[in-house]
Amino acid sequence: MRFLFKTSYDQDIRLARHEGHRFWYGALLALLCVTPWLLPEYWLAQVTLVLIFSVAGLGLMLLAGYTGQVSIGHAAFMGVGAYTQGVLTGMGVPFPLALIAAIVVSAGVGVVVGVPALRVKGIYLGIATLAFGFIVEEVFARWESVTGGNAGMHLKAPDFFGIKFESKESFYYLCLAICVAVTLGVLNLLRSPTGRAFVAIRDSEISAQSMGIQLAWFKGLAFAISAAMAGISGALYAHNIRFITPDQFSLLQSVELLLLVVVGGLGFVHGAFLGAIFVITLPQLIAVSKDFLPPEIGQAAGLQAVVYGLVLVLIVLFEPMGLYGRWLKVRTWFQLFPFYRKGLFKRQKSFTKSERLK
Amino acid sequence: MSAAQASPATGPLLSARDLQVRFGGVLAVNGVSFDVQRGEVFTLIGPNGAGKTTVFNLISRIYTPTAGNIQFDGQPLTSLPAHAIASLGIARTFQNIELFEYATVLQNLLIGHHVHRSTGFWQELFFTQSVRRAEMQAREAVERVIEFLDLQHHRDSLVAGLPYGVRKVVELARALCTQPRLLLLDEPSSGLNVEETDDMAFWIQDIRNELGITVLMVEHDMSLVSRVSDRVLAMNQGETLALGTPAQVQSDPAVIEAYLGSMEDMSSLRRPAP
Repeated sequence: MRFLFKTSYDQDIRLARHEGHRFWYGALLALLCVTPWLLPEYWLAQVTLVLIFSVAGLGLMLLAGYTGQVSIGHAAFMGVGAYTQGVLTGMGVPFPLALIAAIVVSAGVGVVVGVPALRVKGIYLGIATLAFGFIVEEVFARWESVTGGNAGMHLKAPDFFGIKFESKESFYYLCLAICVAVTLGVLNLLRSPTGRAFVAIRDSEISAQSMGIQLAWFKGLAFAISAAMAGISGALYAHNIRFITPDQFSLLQSVELLLLVVVGGLGFVHGAFLGAIFVITLPQLIAVSKDFLPPEIGQAAGLQAVVYGLVLVLIVLFEPMGLYGRWLKVRTWFQLFPFYRKGLFKRQKSFTKSERLK
Repeated sequence: MSAAQASPATGPLLSARDLQVRFGGVLAVNGVSFDVQRGEVFTLIGPNGAGKTTVFNLISRIYTPTAGNIQFDGQPLTSLPAHAIASLGIARTFQNIELFEYATVLQNLLIGHHVHRSTGFWQELFFTQSVRRAEMQAREAVERVIEFLDLQHHRDSLVAGLPYGVRKVVELARALCTQPRLLLLDEPSSGLNVEETDDMAFWIQDIRNELGITVLMVEHDMSLVSRVSDRVLAMNQGETLALGTPAQVQSDPAVIEAYLGSMEDMSSLRRPAP
């Protein structure tokens, strides 16, 4: 087991806590850089998708896992990003400018959705965002002059002022760069006052307020950042498959994002990535298992939705800390061997909360 | 933590005038007035439901009084939003500990330091040098509080795993991290054992004497109250009963009646002679 002996405040602040971190994350980045040479094209496309969904997942993680605000309509923000990107690149706007516009528009929409969060909490906020998701999907379908309605919209490869990201490999690197940049941004926020204010709002709004944290501002900010990240993800997603329709940003997609953060582990940055890997590989696993299942089950419509629901229920019941929580436990088991106790990660029931005001 | 010396102004630090709060038909606080002088420990006592915590919630702007006003250092509080109170220099603790459970003690204390935040969102997104410097300064300030309250052992532990007594101290520490001029303590000794209550009494005295912070507290433990308070305000059913030194208030007939009931009440309980 590693004991960190802190001798300077800097050790609390820096991103890589110790040599091990530096080595392993460096190795991971190096591996991701050479991935196009290691994997066949199909699997490279899957890794690209994982990167794209990680960005959206990280956004939802910031909102649900760190600020404690549920959103069951997060695919709508992806959709807003995707359509903004589609419309603008269709008009000939270069990729980076269109991406910035997609970020700004989805962040703006995020703030609008964040307004009810100032008044409603928990399940009610979930319902409000759910309704918002339906509205946005409907807008995509009906606003045919801009979105092309249910007939969909075609996109071109990202165009960086003349440099086109046509090939799978180049697009992969683009996604990797954006994903790394977004992750660093999130990590920076989380280690600064803004991130701590989010955590404060999650754990106790009333005392956050008494510590001078302006709830309206930080909740709005959390929604804006989260929506902006979903927007980035949506824009990349649109470029990835080159064709978007309203039903790609439906309730099922929102649930998939929720599944991503819960399975990954709420409140862990790592969880967003583990969750993204899970969400991308699960349909593959379902497809493979179809051959082995009896046809009544294997060929049944809605098999995927059932599996999603089942996984969500099982995770919530048996591993509320998600995949990353499971990894923490396994790691602790090895670190403490043979002294690991079963109840080590059991959280003590919190003491009676003072009356919830408002 | 020398905020207290910063204002040489005179007059009471906090003055409440004719406070009234009505929840529907219930008058939770009715016509309460008091002044908290600079550098004193002022205690509110009273039986359950007397309106002590409501007075706290009025000062921290969680409730708005239906009548009356509160002035802090000459500035009216009633027009300010709740989140602006901390930056004025008023910090509080809660009756039933309201810590950030799934954050470490250090993070909790750094959130206490939030009012001194000097960096903006974009700087923090890129973690510029100014953010790094501000974070260092925040840690230095927090570390002084950790040392003051002997929390070194718990610095990196998650609040969710700490025992009740330690949480109480962490909450006090978090309030001190805002570097307040007035500290509101809502039942600092509730749930603490005799030793911990002793420690709490010493800390309250130290906070006043060494840090120069004025303390306004709600407390039930009369031995703690008489040890640390300069003045005591007794309340019952939202109204003022008595105001004075701990000894004066304790011997006040109205206070005794509120706590123990009057002789007539007693006689009604007595079994009639056969």
